[in-house]
Amino acid sequence: MGTKHLSGPPARGAAAPALTRTGPVTPGRPHRLLRFSRQVLATRLVGMGLVITAIVIICAVFADVLAPYNPNAQDYLALTQPPSRAHPLGTDDLGRDVLSRVIYASRVSLQVGLIAVGIAVSLGVTMGLLSGYLGGWPDTVIMRFVDAVQAFPGLILALAITAALGPSIGNAMIAIGFVSTPAIARLMRGQTLSIREREYVEAARVLGASPPAIMARHIWPNTTAPIIVQATLLVASAIVTEASLSFLGVGVRPPTPSWGGMLRTGSQYLEVAPWMAFAPGGAIFLTVLAFNFVGDGLRRALDPRLSGRRSG
Amino acid sequence: MREYILRRVVSMVPVLLIVSVISFGLLYVLPGDPAIAILGEELGTPETYQALREELGLNDPLWVQYGNWLGRVVRGDFGTSIRTQEPVATVLLRRAPISLYVGAAGLLVGVLIGLPAALISALRPGSRLDVSVSMLALGGIALPSFWQALLFVYLFAVLLRWLPPSGYTPPLTDPWLSFKMLLMPAVVLGTHSAAVIMRQGRSALLEVLGQDYIATARAKGLAERRVVALHALKNALIPIITILGLQIGGLVSGAAIVETVFAIPGVGRAAVDAIFFRDYPVLQGAVLMLTLAVLIANLLTDLAYGYVDPRIRYG
Repeated sequence: MGTKHLSGPPARGAAAPALTRTGPVTPGRPHRLLRFSRQVLATRLVGMGLVITAIVIICAVFADVLAPYNPNAQDYLALTQPPSRAHPLGTDDLGRDVLSRVIYASRVSLQVGLIAVGIAVSLGVTMGLLSGYLGGWPDTVIMRFVDAVQAFPGLILALAITAALGPSIGNAMIAIGFVSTPAIARLMRGQTLSIREREYVEAARVLGASPPAIMARHIWPNTTAPIIVQATLLVASAIVTEASLSFLGVGVRPPTPSWGGMLRTGSQYLEVAPWMAFAPGGAIFLTVLAFNFVGDGLRRALDPRLSGRRSG
Repeated sequence: MREYILRRVVSMVPVLLIVSVISFGLLYVLPGDPAIAILGEELGTPETYQALREELGLNDPLWVQYGNWLGRVVRGDFGTSIRTQEPVATVLLRRAPISLYVGAAGLLVGVLIGLPAALISALRPGSRLDVSVSMLALGGIALPSFWQALLFVYLFAVLLRWLPPSGYTPPLTDPWLSFKMLLMPAVVLGTHSAAVIMRQGRSALLEVLGQDYIATARAKGLAERRVVALHALKNALIPIITILGLQIGGLVSGAAIVETVFAIPGVGRAAVDAIFFRDYPVLQGAVLMLTLAVLIANLLTDLAYGYVDPRIRYG
């Protein structure tokens, strides 16, 4: 699909410097009070996100020290006990301490979430940038592959991959990373397509910048905000996907505690012991929320255009 | 443009072929097959591989098996369910309308809540309304659908006893019961979409509202309504279309969970069940059918780009 580039010899130094100016928009005059309150709030959410994320990381690293009980120790004298002083989040159907299991399960979620998204971002950004900028057959090949992977309903493909490779944490990471790649690649390509037709990219091309330089210096920096927003959502969804796999029984094998696995068991005891389903779901919810808050804070910090806008 | 549409439709053929190779490869041969090569990893145990080969009687060369399988699939023969001995196509066609019904209800919930919320929020960034709507959206994104489903069942079925905990009734058999049974699945399915549409739609609108031409439009004294309707909304359409397009795949996945939790006999539920019963023909048929649906949604998304933004050239 040969796109019409500005062809002909690049006239070095001939372009007016003003054309290449890509600086941020001059901000309007924000209402001072609103801007202040928004910043305070934003800071507070980011702070909250950082605190929760830190708590989850500490839980994952120091689970041995923090958990009051062995997460797999069964107590047949304390089956499905409601929350009490001895068991702050109650006990499950085998008399295991729910709090201890929730703490240990943070390990699984964090590992899978971070590594899977790492795989997805490195693959997706490269694919989208090459595809959108080069056009032609690289675009066709990459996008057909992306289309094919994305055409699969994500969870179903992750289920099938994990089922085929054998249920384990590592295979869940691979499956989820693979399944998350198209979202990044597609977004990156859409951004690249739109940006490469803008005047400053044309100008850079006229000035003789090489395609790698244009991609790296003029296109990629203008796409970081949406990519970060997307990657943040992906950590969230990777954690949820892992939990979904475990909830459906294809993820982490019992008795290893995982939030999704605990919900699976909890769903069978909803009428007698609803607390079995409350705590692990709440843990997923808060962890995902925290990653979103941190990501949102990053977005604000990274995009100058969002930091001082007119309020209405 | 017409040429582009034609080429794009033709280009779905290789995509479908890749899809068929992945679904064939994933489920029929484990290590060292094309799907694993695509994954870039050499994983899976030889025992399960051999067991599976034994179970399915795979002795032909791979490409012959694939060719035979593909030939049957193209003719609409997805094989026979190992569990029920029914033709897979019959099973799936019976279940497809149910999934469509639930999925459409979910998407409707998502769009009706998500889009207006995004606009309200982006027009008054930092206002109390924006903050509340944004907080709700962050909550909606973070809320795992299966947990939401369990909480709903606990609240509305176990505690309040307002709604049946699960099950499905065709709308024509008993419209009221059908509606009551649809309520929880549709809201659970639509919540995540609504939140994503709101959040990314807001961020797309804000991105556009920060551009030079918006400042110019305002500077030349255009009414704010005109700036938003003519300059901002039009330019924000591309990312919003991308978001909507991406929701379809999510909805289909969500349907698998929602159909499982609420015991709705749809295609997603069939796929999940098939994994546990090792009913591979049903799993493949379900995956291919759902995949075709998402492909059509992708096609419409791509076509919409060029329609909305003439800067994107299809050359």
